[in-house]
Amino acid sequence: MHHYTFGDRVLSVTIYILLTLLAFSTFYPFWNALAISFNNGLDTSLGGITFWPRKFTLENYNIVFQDKRLLNGFVIALLRTAAGTVLSIICTAIFAYGMTKRELIGRKFYMVFGIITLYFSGGLIPYYLLIKDLGLRDSFWVMVIPGAISVWNMIIFRTFFMGLPAGLDESAKIDGCGHWGTFFRIVLPLSGPVLATLSLFTAVYHWNDWFTPGIYITKQNLLPIQTMLKQILNSNIMTEQMAQLDSAAQGAASRMRGITTKSLSMATMMVATLPIVMVYPFVQKYFVKGVLVGSLKE
Amino acid sequence: MSETTVEVLQAVPQKRLRARTITRFFKQWDLQLMVVPAIIFIFIFSYIPMYGTLMAFQNYNIFKGFWDSPWVGFKHFEMFFHSRDFWPVMRNTLVISLLKLLIGFPAPILLALMLNEVRKMVFKRVVQTITYLPHFMSWVIVAGFTISMLSTDNGSFNIMLQKLSLIDEPVNWLSASEYFWTILVSTNVWKDIGFASIIYLAAIAGVNQDMYEAAAIDGANRLKQMFLITLPSILPVIIIFMILAIGNLLNAGFEDILLLATNPALRDVSDVLDTYVYRMGIQSSRFSYATAVGLFKAIISVILLTIANLLARRTGNSLW
Repeated sequence: MHHYTFGDRVLSVTIYILLTLLAFSTFYPFWNALAISFNNGLDTSLGGITFWPRKFTLENYNIVFQDKRLLNGFVIALLRTAAGTVLSIICTAIFAYGMTKRELIGRKFYMVFGIITLYFSGGLIPYYLLIKDLGLRDSFWVMVIPGAISVWNMIIFRTFFMGLPAGLDESAKIDGCGHWGTFFRIVLPLSGPVLATLSLFTAVYHWNDWFTPGIYITKQNLLPIQTMLKQILNSNIMTEQMAQLDSAAQGAASRMRGITTKSLSMATMMVATLPIVMVYPFVQKYFVKGVLVGSLKE
Repeated sequence: MSETTVEVLQAVPQKRLRARTITRFFKQWDLQLMVVPAIIFIFIFSYIPMYGTLMAFQNYNIFKGFWDSPWVGFKHFEMFFHSRDFWPVMRNTLVISLLKLLIGFPAPILLALMLNEVRKMVFKRVVQTITYLPHFMSWVIVAGFTISMLSTDNGSFNIMLQKLSLIDEPVNWLSASEYFWTILVSTNVWKDIGFASIIYLAAIAGVNQDMYEAAAIDGANRLKQMFLITLPSILPVIIIFMILAIGNLLNAGFEDILLLATNPALRDVSDVLDTYVYRMGIQSSRFSYATAVGLFKAIISVILLTIANLLARRTGNSLW
């Protein structure tokens, strides 16, 4: 059908080269970190590790998984992601379902009340003082409760619910279901795609958020792994840890095992990204859909 | 019917209507119970802080609290405008966000245009899968990669440049202020180029295919088709995102700067409004001062968004 001119060929080849370079430069830092995390630390410091480990070892991961604080950070991050996502999705979906009802008195007011918050916010400092006054500082719940209602997600849920067949509500009413019964027994089971998409984005936010715990939590045992990793990159923990390792008998052992700051932080980074990379292939189709839904409301 | 009777007839039901509304409100309590708690939640977590910005006009004292702290008018605003930090912070904010806009905004459009030309579906899917991934990684991880790549201790970037004989000794890129903006903008593009291209790819998918046929018959090659058909067709989408980007102009970045500019030597080039608010407010506990700076930023942002929208309305695309 098409006949390609010489110019088209040049364009095509250029595009393939540029895209390959882009994909490579995106992939390489990750792959390189992975290779370093599996390589003997002392050997790494000799240089030259690019794609494959030279002296393969699991020792870096061994140290990371034996470090009680890092393990605790991993568990905190999992708990926070699970609690935060479930709470936010349920509360926001209930809110959104109520907002679809025409007979809801004050519906317009509620909508404007919510939408204003998308454009204006009090900013960091008043919010910080509010959290402090609510007594949420140094509490696990500061990572969970403030995200319980998302107006943004409410609008997406609402759009989805309004697209469901209208007859559903009617038949549920005839069967004696109230609003809550209809929501939980009929609407929610039909909302698979939107639930999956919004849960994914909410979960990714919770897993990746290092800043909230960073400013509201000072207790080390409540910090999720991302915030700890930030401290490691600022080499707070790491110097401490190395000092501990270097102390007395352990020092010789660590030198023999060939552990360095770099190899340890790479292994920690891999552990902190692992859940994202693991679920990523399965959820790709959902997030592409999610972006499109999200852009409609913009 | 005379006008007075109409008024009387309307006045009576209105009173009754209000009474009925209240009864109806309580009658649908189960429905209201789905919404009212969320509204109260929004009131607490969004409206109370909004009201709290008034402390920009106070000398907020943490022991006296909001209600008993003395009012000082525009003192903190004047202090900020006259402070030594004002011009560097404003310059950094504008330069960094303009750089992000000039480079970070067209980059995903270009990527989408290029992906659209790829006929090998497997190749396309692989590129997409790889380039979308960094969007889902936290800034901590991305900063970790950047630090590792650029490190003088066998960082791959230094090694590559050495192999190409472009430098003799490893350069400590992240502690030299002249490279910081480049690193920051590149890292941002690296993280989000793929994900941001999704929306443009979707817009391209909606372009009428007949136009390409017609253009091919007229002898337009693919490069011409790209710029004369595809690009103009997705222009409305581009403009809408452009307006949003301009409204965000003062959001020069926050997490990325906090994580990459850990070296205090970089403060001259890395301090932007948001990090300044954080540093002054959270780290130095100058609550009122930091709130004033934040409020200043919010006001400028609203003005920018309004201007951008006015411009866009001329082209027939506007947000409101």
